[in-house]
Amino acid sequence: MSATLFTSARLLDPASGLDTPGALLVRDGVILDHGGNLGRPDDAITVDCAGACLAPGLVDLRAALGEPGFEHRETIASAAQAAAAGGITTLCALPDTHPVLDDPALIQFVIRKGESTGCLTILPYAAATAGCEGKDISEFGLLKEAGAIAFTDGRKAIGNARTMRLALSYARAFGSFVVQHPEEPTLAVGGAATEGERATRMGLPGIPVAAEAMMVERDIALARLTRGHVHFAHVSTAAALAKVRAAKEEGLSVTCDTAPPYFDLNETAIGEYRTYAKLSPPLREEADRLAVIAALKDGTIDAIASDHQPRDADDKRLPFAQAEAGGAGLATLLGVTLARVHGGDLTLLQALDLLTAQPAKLLGLEAGTLRKGAPADLVLFHPERGWRVEAGRLPGKAQNTPFDGRALEGRVLGTWKAGRRVFG
Amino acid sequence: MYPFPHRHLLAIEGLEQPYIADLLDLAESYALLNRQGKTQRDLLKGRTLINLFFEDSTRTRTSFELAGKRLGADIVNMSVSTSSVNKGETLLDTAATLNAMQTDLLVVRHGISGAPALLAQKVDAAVINAGDGTHEHPTQALLDALTIRRRKGRLEGLTVAICGDVLHSRVARSNIHLLLAMNSRVRVVGPPTLIPAEAARLGVEVHHHMKTGLKDADVVMMLRLQKERMTGGLVPSAREFFRFYGLDAEKLAWAKPDAIVMHPGPMNRGVEIDSAVADDPARSVIGEQVEMGVAVRMAVLDTLARGLRRNA
Repeated sequence: MSATLFTSARLLDPASGLDTPGALLVRDGVILDHGGNLGRPDDAITVDCAGACLAPGLVDLRAALGEPGFEHRETIASAAQAAAAGGITTLCALPDTHPVLDDPALIQFVIRKGESTGCLTILPYAAATAGCEGKDISEFGLLKEAGAIAFTDGRKAIGNARTMRLALSYARAFGSFVVQHPEEPTLAVGGAATEGERATRMGLPGIPVAAEAMMVERDIALARLTRGHVHFAHVSTAAALAKVRAAKEEGLSVTCDTAPPYFDLNETAIGEYRTYAKLSPPLREEADRLAVIAALKDGTIDAIASDHQPRDADDKRLPFAQAEAGGAGLATLLGVTLARVHGGDLTLLQALDLLTAQPAKLLGLEAGTLRKGAPADLVLFHPERGWRVEAGRLPGKAQNTPFDGRALEGRVLGTWKAGRRVFG
Repeated sequence: MYPFPHRHLLAIEGLEQPYIADLLDLAESYALLNRQGKTQRDLLKGRTLINLFFEDSTRTRTSFELAGKRLGADIVNMSVSTSSVNKGETLLDTAATLNAMQTDLLVVRHGISGAPALLAQKVDAAVINAGDGTHEHPTQALLDALTIRRRKGRLEGLTVAICGDVLHSRVARSNIHLLLAMNSRVRVVGPPTLIPAEAARLGVEVHHHMKTGLKDADVVMMLRLQKERMTGGLVPSAREFFRFYGLDAEKLAWAKPDAIVMHPGPMNRGVEIDSAVADDPARSVIGEQVEMGVAVRMAVLDTLARGLRRNA
């Protein structure tokens, strides 16, 4: 394989705090060197970055793929295309597919499918319970051996406290963790929007904010009991974040992520029953959005994930309460996160840290850094270049973006996977 | 009269006071004509009105049908049983079918909030929401307001107590928006399990006891308690509900001596209302509500049809 020399780049490596103009040399899919003045090897292709930002490819902690079972929503190939366009080079896929990823052979299938795209490493989660049914824990050891990155029931909360206790305990034996969808299912049942004035006016069945806080509180208690590691996905409320913050101060193995809709949108995005803004958890009120931003700033939130949930027109062109929850998020992950940089809430390095080094560290990956010897998974982006999100014109198959019409600053110019250009 | 600024009537929320007042004035004139036995069969001549009901309803559908007939429209009733339709794609398929039939006025009732709004985006017809889920039932609020106005001479400054299952009531939501727009004082009264979250932020007073809720009320509006609310555990039993929130003569005595009693029907006698009160001609205006229903729906059909002419 030949070499590539990136010149005139603004090198950004959150893992080491590097933010400097310079060049970066890649050979055989690995970062060979970077610095202010690198000589160009004879066989190297040169990429003139013209001052744009060169950073590690994004590590997406949470995305649903339509495959296997829901190929009409998205295939792994189309998701990989969207991920490449969004600067994502590593992606953790949820197991609530059809069939559910609760068998080692299925884990291997998804990993191989990812490899065959050539542009995306897919690290599947395995189902924490057989069939994601919330009853009996799955074969953590065998699934981990097959390549499962961690354990979760995807969009379903593990509602039974005993099952969650067992999962947290048992995962410890394999050095793994359990990802929880933090929503008390019996309290949230039938809900379509956050309970409150807006849902009341629209006549929509509500999900109280307390449904998130109480599940977080319960699982923190179980983490204390088992000394296991619980990770809360897409945390969206001030109340839940306060509990996570306290648990971290206590020294428990508790981590969490959030997703762009929860720091960029509030419940008003539902407007007149806009089903593309129907998400799980539902969009919250403004005070919660601000609390999510504060938690990104102070480190309570460990990572930003796309929380990509592909849906097709048949899932969404329905009365609001009947429509499927979930939003497409791969292509907008970087742009919407950069809005918080432009808004003055995060530094560029902080934002990238939440998208690369931090999720990589949580998962124990080599990726997410520009360190010499690391895989040459790279994203080149212009932090100010503007574009408009348009449902129907996004890369990949899933078009159900909650950000339809949103003007963003920050555009991906190119993506490299193991040194090979896969976008731009 | 101001030209009505909306193509559809999907909700009372967002409808401004002058337009509400106009609709009520027009309905009042239709009420008068109806009592005189006069009809206006040329007004909607050649117009097609479809009653599209995804939920069973005899009274509302009949009321719209009668209103349309009195104005001379061609009327088709389509009842779509909910058992055969639980996928909304059918809703949009239905919209395409209705467009092909060149429908002018479409009256929709649907069990899910926002379904008429979705339909309105896809059809050429003017859509009238005849009740959607727990969202709104605008013509019910208009007919309630007209009934109150005829009995009390005004809406402004009146105290209206809306009692019972406010949580699941589209009638309550539409009435709250309309009465507040007309400067009435609105109270909602019911057990906490049947009062929606943040109800006070709609601009109403929230009461959990009938005694305080009905005190000095000019109008007592009872809501229907669906049987499934009891199986859902929101209230423990019908007899307990009646004991604390059912309107009987004893509780009505807490309201003003001349307070009127309303109910959108159909009534659960002995659950939310006692027969002695429901049938008391001195207090109950339930029959008049039904009469005003036809007049209000004539006014709505007439008004929206004028919009179709303007846009034609």
